[in-house]
Amino acid sequence: MTAIAIKDLTKTFGSGANRRKALNALSLQVEKGEMVALIGASGSGKSTLIRHMIGLTLADRGTGNISVFDQNVQAGGRISRSIRQTRVRVGVVFQQFNLVSRLPLLTNVLVGFLGSIPTWRGLLGLFTHQEKLLAMQALKRVGLAEYASQRASTLSGGQQQRAAIARALVQHAQVILADEPIASLDPEASRKVMDHLSALNREDGTTVVVSLHQVDYAIRYCPRTVALHEGIVVYDGPSANLTPELLKSLYGSDSDELLVPQRPRNPVVLAPKSKTQQGRLVETPALAAV
Amino acid sequence: MPISPAVSRLPLLPDRYARPSLPSFMAYLVAFAFAMVSIQNSGLSLERLLVGLPSISRMLDQMFPPDLERISSIGWSLLQTFQMAVAGTVLGIVLSLPLAILAARNISPHPVVYVLSRGLISFFRTVPDLVWALIFVIAVGLGPAAGTMAITIDTIGFCGRFFAEAMEETDAAPAEALNSIGASRTGMIFSAVIPQAFPSFINSSLFSLEKATRSSVVLGLVGAGGIGIELKVAMDLFSYDVASTIILSVFMLVLVVENASTYLRSKII
Repeated sequence: MTAIAIKDLTKTFGSGANRRKALNALSLQVEKGEMVALIGASGSGKSTLIRHMIGLTLADRGTGNISVFDQNVQAGGRISRSIRQTRVRVGVVFQQFNLVSRLPLLTNVLVGFLGSIPTWRGLLGLFTHQEKLLAMQALKRVGLAEYASQRASTLSGGQQQRAAIARALVQHAQVILADEPIASLDPEASRKVMDHLSALNREDGTTVVVSLHQVDYAIRYCPRTVALHEGIVVYDGPSANLTPELLKSLYGSDSDELLVPQRPRNPVVLAPKSKTQQGRLVETPALAAV
Repeated sequence: MPISPAVSRLPLLPDRYARPSLPSFMAYLVAFAFAMVSIQNSGLSLERLLVGLPSISRMLDQMFPPDLERISSIGWSLLQTFQMAVAGTVLGIVLSLPLAILAARNISPHPVVYVLSRGLISFFRTVPDLVWALIFVIAVGLGPAAGTMAITIDTIGFCGRFFAEAMEETDAAPAEALNSIGASRTGMIFSAVIPQAFPSFINSSLFSLEKATRSSVVLGLVGAGGIGIELKVAMDLFSYDVASTIILSVFMLVLVVENASTYLRSKII
């Protein structure tokens, strides 16, 4: 069964001399249960594509049929009337987590129910005991149960991102779209976030589309990679085939951006641990617990 | 050899050292003259102040010691004044919130609604509370109901604006996140926008309670309930000792409310 179907999607930004096609007659299909990486250098259209999939951005008039599980998201540059019913089935994870920093973690997860409960309950923030238990379970699954009552702002980036995944969990999302979920995280936190996304895909059969800046994560976690360059799909196939040579042929000198491991703390270095490193590990017991 | 023009020319003075142009010089002159005439027309004079000094000292003399005989009736009246302030502020805050949602650019349902609700809030704010009190005294008669309504309207004018601005300043990303997972508009407002603006809501509400406490005292002067009328009667009857008791008790009330509000603000936010 097809999870996401995109046909002939074109998006132009700017006007006059500054016109630039961010997406150019792009077509793509993702099958149910797949875990697909979306790679490409900055400005290649990864985020724009993901925003189209959820209807946050509309395609140019007359282009772009997008549906998720046969439910229309947008067609011909117009948003579907029943967009909310579609969105309820899609979990979204953003680069900057987008949690409400003043609210406790549990509430930030509970809002995942907002799309499926009556408006008046959402308005008053009335969640049932059952819903709270489900939210706690979701937090437990991403290893954050003990932080449930803490404000989101008191947690590290990696923890906040895992809470965003827990929000998608309570939503019973059939598709998770993750827009550069690890771009602002350190390698350890990145690995944990990718592990959780991968577990959701394997254990729950959730379809996952994740845009990534670094090819090595795509190779490690996603069987299939779609590579974008200037709004066009330049490669769509097994991630294992993404050799540096292939990338070089796809992106030219831009391929460095995708390959250079951006890792300030390389775990391979066999030097005695500095005090700061030990301190960092001690401060984040939750990371170690997962 | 002639000195080249580039060397001989003096560097230009910065703008603010240049002489004012004729129109702006005239404008300064007119503004200054108007200020002078205003002071002249207010009838202030050192002579009158000096002549008036004995009557001020006589009044101060009669004010002390304050007459505590009527303290319990003053106390009740003061309580009524404060209740007017509290009732008006609470009603005002409750009514401000929906109006502020319509008047916040980022969440207002429609530009026309935005402009209309902004306009209504501005109108409530720009008309002074004493004028509202006069209107409501005519509408519902003398007594605290009129004062409470005047404070309610005044609070809407104040809180409506600051609530709306607090919501406009919130981070849009969490709201977008809820939007993208199918939350309704109200769900998004109540789960992402309001929680972010909440500390600011508390702050504005406490300020408006302080403001309402002060104005509730004055509103009594036009018969809108509260202690103001007692003060006016005491002054009119030259009972300065009673008046001083009222003034001191009002002072105490305002002081307590302001300190309590400062304390709460530091506690909550």
